[in-house]
Amino acid sequence: MVAQNIFFGILAAIVALSAVRMVTTRNIVHAALYLVAVLAGLGALYVLLTAEFVATTQVLVYIGAVMVLFLFGIMLTKAPLGNVMEMTGKQWPLAAVVAALLGGVTIYSLIDRFGSERLTSDGPIYRTADVSDEVFSTYIVPFEAVSVLLLAALIGAIVLARKD
Amino acid sequence: MLLNQFLILGAVLFATGVYGVLARRNGVMVLMSIELMLNAVNINLVAFGVQHGVVSGQVFAIFVIAVAAAEVGVGLAIVLLLYRNRTTIDVEDFDLMRG
Repeated sequence: MVAQNIFFGILAAIVALSAVRMVTTRNIVHAALYLVAVLAGLGALYVLLTAEFVATTQVLVYIGAVMVLFLFGIMLTKAPLGNVMEMTGKQWPLAAVVAALLGGVTIYSLIDRFGSERLTSDGPIYRTADVSDEVFSTYIVPFEAVSVLLLAALIGAIVLARKD
Repeated sequence: MLLNQFLILGAVLFATGVYGVLARRNGVMVLMSIELMLNAVNINLVAFGVQHGVVSGQVFAIFVIAVAAAEVGVGLAIVLLLYRNRTTIDVEDFDLMRG
């Protein structure tokens, strides 16, 4: 249990600091790399939560595919590297107040509701086979809907982005 | 481990994502901040799945990842289209509907 808490502390610190740096850095490529750190840290946290398939999907889909999309987006929009374009708008103090209020109220209500409730450590551990059983039985209709959604997004992205 | 460790981390990530969406001016950065918020939801789903001993939390997290991938694809296509038509992706320049 102690080792798990130590690893949680390290990973949570990496994730939270990288997230804050991501939304405050002035270089957009650095922001993308901080996002990689956030996603990798979350993938490790999924392993800590015994969600091995979610962790694998996180690495494959987010760090593999989505990050490449983001880097292509940065490249194709010729985003200025460095301080050429001020990355943060004039309304950032208001945005900080909104985010602080949202986070503060959420954390207060979480502590109020869940307090020191322990994560059940003797519960069942679900392997990838159990996840796939559930996806292809109980959640077969949402699964098919997601596949249609991905097809629609694919066609939509091509239609939007092609030149003619 | 406490359940709240994961929930509070998710809340911090979500608030950071909200700040990014509201304060950043670059369209790609806004999309990245939305990814941060979706990941905050995922960690909550998986943590609650472990807490209640059900596999549904992991299944929903995977669905969220799939939907997020579709969202990024379409969102970046829209940003590219905006860049092609207006030669900027500064979201403060897109105020045509301001009253």
